[in-house]
Amino acid sequence: MESRRLPYLLLLPATLFLVVFFVYPFVQVAFQAFTKGGGFTLDNFHEMVSDWKFTTALRNTLLLAVVIVPLQLALALTMASIVTRLKAGRDVVLYIWTIPLGISDLAAGLVWLAIFERNGFFNSLLANLGLMSEPTIWLGYQNKITLFAVVVMAELWRSTAIVLVVLVAGMGLIPKEYYEAAEVFGAGPWKRFIKVTLPLLKPSIQTALILRTILAFEVFAVVAALAGTNMPILMGEVYEWQFALQDRKVAAAYALVILAISIGFTLFFLFTLRTRDEARA
Amino acid sequence: MIQTKRLLIGAAAIAALVVGASLTTPAAADPVLFWSDQGTPVEEQQRIRDDVLAGFDGEVDFQPQDPGPYVTRIQAEAEAGKGTIDLIGGLHGDFASFSDAVMDVSDLAASLASVGVNETYLGLGKLGSGEQKYIPWMQATYIMAANKKALEYLPEGADINALTYDQLIAWAKKLADETGSPKFGLPAGPKGLIHRFFQGYAYPSFANSEVTKFRSPEAVAMWEKIKELWAVTSPASTSFAFMQEQLLSDEIWVAWDHTARLADAFNQRPDDFVAFPAPAGPTGRGFMPVVAGLGIPKTAPDVDGAKKLLTYMMQPTTQIATLKAIGFFPVVKAELPADMPASVRAEGAAVAAQSGSSDANPGLLPVGLGDLGGKFNKVYVDSFQQIVLNGADIKTVLDQQADVLRSIMEESKAPCWAPDAMSDGPCPVE
Repeated sequence: MESRRLPYLLLLPATLFLVVFFVYPFVQVAFQAFTKGGGFTLDNFHEMVSDWKFTTALRNTLLLAVVIVPLQLALALTMASIVTRLKAGRDVVLYIWTIPLGISDLAAGLVWLAIFERNGFFNSLLANLGLMSEPTIWLGYQNKITLFAVVVMAELWRSTAIVLVVLVAGMGLIPKEYYEAAEVFGAGPWKRFIKVTLPLLKPSIQTALILRTILAFEVFAVVAALAGTNMPILMGEVYEWQFALQDRKVAAAYALVILAISIGFTLFFLFTLRTRDEARA
Repeated sequence: MIQTKRLLIGAAAIAALVVGASLTTPAAADPVLFWSDQGTPVEEQQRIRDDVLAGFDGEVDFQPQDPGPYVTRIQAEAEAGKGTIDLIGGLHGDFASFSDAVMDVSDLAASLASVGVNETYLGLGKLGSGEQKYIPWMQATYIMAANKKALEYLPEGADINALTYDQLIAWAKKLADETGSPKFGLPAGPKGLIHRFFQGYAYPSFANSEVTKFRSPEAVAMWEKIKELWAVTSPASTSFAFMQEQLLSDEIWVAWDHTARLADAFNQRPDDFVAFPAPAGPTGRGFMPVVAGLGIPKTAPDVDGAKKLLTYMMQPTTQIATLKAIGFFPVVKAELPADMPASVRAEGAAVAAQSGSSDANPGLLPVGLGDLGGKFNKVYVDSFQQIVLNGADIKTVLDQQADVLRSIMEESKAPCWAPDAMSDGPCPVE
C-alpha cells in the first residue's frame, strides 16, 4: 500500500509549487480581468478593444509570429541536419549556436539596437564603405518595414536555438537503419529528408512549434528595446496598462487575450501534427 | 553508533555557538529605507549616496526605483498594513496616486518653518485634503536648450529668451534645410516626458487651458502648429527620452526637456550650450513647474528615523547638495554658492527667465487624479501619436480623446487647476 501511494506523494511538492505559483495567480488574473467594482463585467475587455492601439498590437504580434516561427523552423531543421552529420566539432558548433539561449531577451534586443540605431555599427559600416553620407534612421516610426525586418532578424538570432535544441534531440532518436534502408532503395539526400527524417521528427516538431509559438506571442523585451512605442505588441500593452496606466484589470484582460491565442494555436498544432497511434514507433 | 553520536554532539555544539553568538552581538540598527523614484540613473544614485546622504547622522538605505515597481510596492505595503519603507520620495503626481498610504506630517511642516519652505508648494502638498501629505522636497521645470552652433540660424529679430512658436518653427526649418537634416528634437520616446510638453507648455500657450478647452478651436489651431513643428523635427524623436544624450552626440542642436534631463549636456560641455525659456503662443508663455516631495508611509517601521531624515533633507546645505547631485532646485530659502555646477548656473537663469517673463502662464501638474494620472497622460500622448504621427483628422481625434478625458475627470472628481479656472465639482471638458 505504501508503494502505491509513493508516486503521488513524490509528485506532491511539484504539484504544490505549480498550484501556488501558477494556478492561484492565474485564477487571480482571470478574476481581475472579469470584475470591476466588485461584480462580473466585460467592461475591461470593452475598454481594451476600444483602445486605438489594440488592433495594431494584435496585428503586429500575430504578424511577427506568423513570419518568425516558420522561418525559424526551416532554419532550425537545416542547422539540426548539419549538426547530426558532423563528427568532429559537433559539440563546438552546437555550443556556438545555442549561445543566444544564455542571454536575456532584453540583452539581445540591446545588442541589435547597438547595430541598427542611428549611430550604430551598421550605419558606421555603410559610411566607411562610402555607401551613404548621412546616417539612415532604420528604426524610426516612419520606416515600419525596416523596423519589422530588424525585429525579425533579432528574434531569429536570439531564439532559433530553442527550436534547434528540440530538433537535434529528436533527430538523434531516429534509428540509422531507416536511412540505410532508404539509401539502398536509391533515395537521394532530399528524398531521405522528406520521407524519413520529417515524418519521424513529427513529435519533436510538434513540441518545438508549440513551445516556440507560445513564446512568440509573448514577445516583449526585444521589441521594446528596438521599437519602443513605434511597434505596439500585446505584451507591451500589458506592461503599459499595468505600470504606466495603473489599470491592472485591462492589463489582465490583455494577458487573457494572449492566453486565448496561445491555447488556440497549441490545440491547432496538437491536432494537425498528431502521430496516429498505429504509426508510433 | 558512536560515529553518529559524535556527529550529533558536534552539530549541537556548533548550533549552540551560532545561537549564542547571534544573541550576544548587538543587532545593527536597521538603516532608514528611503524609497524614491527620483535619482534613478546610476550616476545620480552614486552622487546622492556619496554627497547628499553621507552627512546624515545615521544609516540610510537609498533605493531608487522605476515608476512601476515603485508604486506597486508602496500600494502592496499599504494594503498589507505592514511595511519596510520609512521615507518616500516622489513626484506630486505619485503622491496623488497613493495619498491614503502616507501619514499627516503637519507637525514636521511646522517645525520646518525656520528654513522657509515654499508656501505654494507646501499648499500643493496637502493634495486637496486637510492633512499635509508630503513636504515639498525639490523643484524643477522644463526648459529648452540649444547648441551654440544653432544660434546663427535664428530668424531675424528673434530674441532667444522671448521666442514665439512661429519663430521656433522658422528656426527649426532653417536648421533642417541648411544643415541637411532636422536638428530640433522632442523627448517623444516611451520614457520621454512629451506629455508634459502638451499639458503644461502647448495647451496653456494656445488655449489658455489644460483640460476645459481640450477640443476647442484654439486647440485645433495648436495641433496644426504642432504638426508644422513636427515637420521640421527629427523623426527619431519617437525614441528619445533624455535629450542630453542627443545634444551631447550633436545629433540634435535644439531640444526641449526637463532640467534634470538636460543637465549632463551643460555639465560636460558648458561652453557649447545655452539654456532658454520655452516659446510663447497666442495666450502666453506656458510652462510647468515640477514638484517632488517627501512623505512617510503609515506603515513605516521607523517613523522617528524617517522624520529625522526628512528634516535633514530639507536643510539648506542638503538642498544645495541635492541640486549639485541631480539638478533639482531647492524649495527652501537657500543662498546658491558660487561653486555650482555649470548646469545649475545655465539652467537657473533660464528657469528664472521663464517663470518671471511678463507673459508667463503656468500650467500646473494635475491635482487630484489619483491613480488615473497615467490615463490622463495617455490622452495627450495618444492625441499626439494619432494626429501628428499618423496624420489622423484633428477634430475627430480631439472629440474622441475629449470623451476619454471627460470620463477620467468625472471618475476622479478632480476640480480644475491652473491655467483653468477653479470649478465646482469635476473639471468640465467643453
